[in-house]
Amino acid sequence: MTAPDTIESLANREYRYGFVTDIESDLAPRGLNEDIVRLISAKKNEPDFMLEWRLKAYRHWAKLEKAEAEPRWSNVRYPSIDYQDIIYYAAPKQKKPLGSLDEVDPELVAAFAKLGIPIEEQKRLTGVAVDAVFDSVSVATTFKEKLAEAGVIFCSFSDAVQNHPELVQKYLGTVVPYTDNFFATLNSAVFTDGSFCYIPKGVRSPMELSTYFRINAADTGQFERTLIIADEGSYVSYLEGCTAPMRDTNQLHAAVVELVALDNAQIKYSTVQNWYAGDKEGKGGIYNFVTKRGKALTNAKISWTQVETGSAITWKYPGCILQGDNSVGEFYSVALTNNYQQADTGTKMIHIGKNTRSTIISKGISAGHGQNSYRGLVRMQKGATGARNYSQCDSLLLGDKCGAHTFPYLEVMNQSAQVEHEASTSKIGEDQLFYCKQRGISTENAVSMIVNGFCKEVFRELPMEFAVEATKLLGVSLEGSVG
Amino acid sequence: MALLEIKNLHASVDGKEILKGIDLAVDAGEVHAVMGPNGSGKSTLALALAGHPSYVVTEGEVLYEGRNLLEMAPEERAREGVFLAFQYPIEIPGVSNAYFLKAGLNEIRAHRGLEELDAMEFLELLREKLKVVEMDQSLVNRPVNEGFSGGEKKRNEILQMAILEPRLAILDETDSGLDIDALRIVANGVESLRGPERAMVLVTHYQRLLNYITPDFVHVLFNGRIVRSGGKELALELEERGYDWIKEAVA
Repeated sequence: MTAPDTIESLANREYRYGFVTDIESDLAPRGLNEDIVRLISAKKNEPDFMLEWRLKAYRHWAKLEKAEAEPRWSNVRYPSIDYQDIIYYAAPKQKKPLGSLDEVDPELVAAFAKLGIPIEEQKRLTGVAVDAVFDSVSVATTFKEKLAEAGVIFCSFSDAVQNHPELVQKYLGTVVPYTDNFFATLNSAVFTDGSFCYIPKGVRSPMELSTYFRINAADTGQFERTLIIADEGSYVSYLEGCTAPMRDTNQLHAAVVELVALDNAQIKYSTVQNWYAGDKEGKGGIYNFVTKRGKALTNAKISWTQVETGSAITWKYPGCILQGDNSVGEFYSVALTNNYQQADTGTKMIHIGKNTRSTIISKGISAGHGQNSYRGLVRMQKGATGARNYSQCDSLLLGDKCGAHTFPYLEVMNQSAQVEHEASTSKIGEDQLFYCKQRGISTENAVSMIVNGFCKEVFRELPMEFAVEATKLLGVSLEGSVG
Repeated sequence: MALLEIKNLHASVDGKEILKGIDLAVDAGEVHAVMGPNGSGKSTLALALAGHPSYVVTEGEVLYEGRNLLEMAPEERAREGVFLAFQYPIEIPGVSNAYFLKAGLNEIRAHRGLEELDAMEFLELLREKLKVVEMDQSLVNRPVNEGFSGGEKKRNEILQMAILEPRLAILDETDSGLDIDALRIVANGVESLRGPERAMVLVTHYQRLLNYITPDFVHVLFNGRIVRSGGKELALELEERGYDWIKEAVA
């Protein structure tokens, strides 16, 4: 068996998360207009400032749509999306507000159990606080009390709007304004839920915080929004996982994540993205058009780690605005495209403060007919004296029908700033595979080993349990503790 | 029955015939040296026996323990005890040498119905074998062959051989590019693995390795065929007279 065959067989393993949960949903009518935006806001019982913000976003989006301003510059191809054929609100039907986790619909609990998510309190030993978002609505947040003891607020976005409106109003849209881009604008108008997290001054979050996003209902878009605020001197590590059922139509996922790291704070944000990727012929799958950005003030640090294996199309550039002096931004990424998957992903590092530093490590793996593009912007603003960036973009090709592309953009407006960029493209060679096989290693394990080795610099940035999931996702057994 | 029996083996690379009818029998406990000038087909023979996909067998047969070796996939040959020390060992970035070795050893053990070694047992075995090749332990934590010097790569091949304990070891120009100290270490490693159950085929251009390892038989490969076979004295004769007299003799 040759390398492409093996990758194919790995990739053609059934998508484990392709089930549909039979839950009655509360659906808004198809299409988008001001009434839908008002309906969403009313359903969520939002204060006026939220409705106003949504309406401003909607009106801006309507203008953009009229001007056909949907971004087309990325290296991905897809048919036009009919935004009037999408259902913008889908919620699991509930009779009354939930008092505790015990009251969550058992079907939902079962659905999350299938995903391996410790939503039940009895699994508290896993030590990860989870917020589960099902079709845009947050259904349960675990460990609320333990976190509250430390002063950490971790809840659904809806709860935050109700219980901490001052924090939401202060920070919402400060990193990704509603005018940011077509999809972020759409999200700002119609987002239904997401996660919210606030770490108070000087607090180190006592556990990893985690959100699982699940799209279930058909023909719905998922528009969640996450806002994380790390107050001065605090630290949080945040994990995000995503899955969706197998459907033969494409579903739109347009999320926004905003991170705010105040002075001396640190945010570590890790994603393992496994949205349904479509079938072997490229039918179905999620369009993952996501805007993620963090703002780091003085001495603050924001670190993005992402493992992107799912979605028919991935379009995302988690970035850092290094506003404060000495702030640090990091981006570690593994993106795998197989069959007919397309990914155009990378990062933006905007150096504003003095002595700001950023590191970009991007690993693209292409197999089948997959097209994988790295697109990254490093900008050294005028005031970024002594700023430094190091970028490394490596591509690995399996087979000869796939492609790897690199689009680095460098804008240096300060002469003392240093920018380094390294790029490589390699192919899993027949010789590498043969060498492994000659030592008794099966083709499948050999490919896994080589791919895993290629991704090592990124995987080691992931929290342990996520690293395991990530290597499994790539069809890889984790390297043992030997060596 | 010989451990390895090669009959009229023809093999091609990129459609060009390199081996033009090799006959060779190797018994357990024997060490054979296959010598010959550049381009005579020595490495092709080694790689074809190991099953490299670019080396296509077009004619003939190879029996290993009485079974058709050519029908086995490369990994199956390895698990059945065929080991090739590569002339140019391959680098695998990001994969530690120890992990790689452990994965191979455990797949081979599983094939033979043996328990897999756990991390501690493997480390113990590794430490013991490192002494054989006088290798520093730090090398096993580094990615496979990446950043290794030429000599380190060759010693790493012998380390792998010592750990995997093959029945048939084929060493493809393991002596090339080694200084005298590395050559001695490699030769000691090979010599320490010599035993009644194990056969070795040393593919080499020069006689100098044979100063350290005394072969039972020497074969001279020229233009895809074995043109002379003899004892260790044949190697000395080649050393003295070069390959030209062979070329003239067969011309």
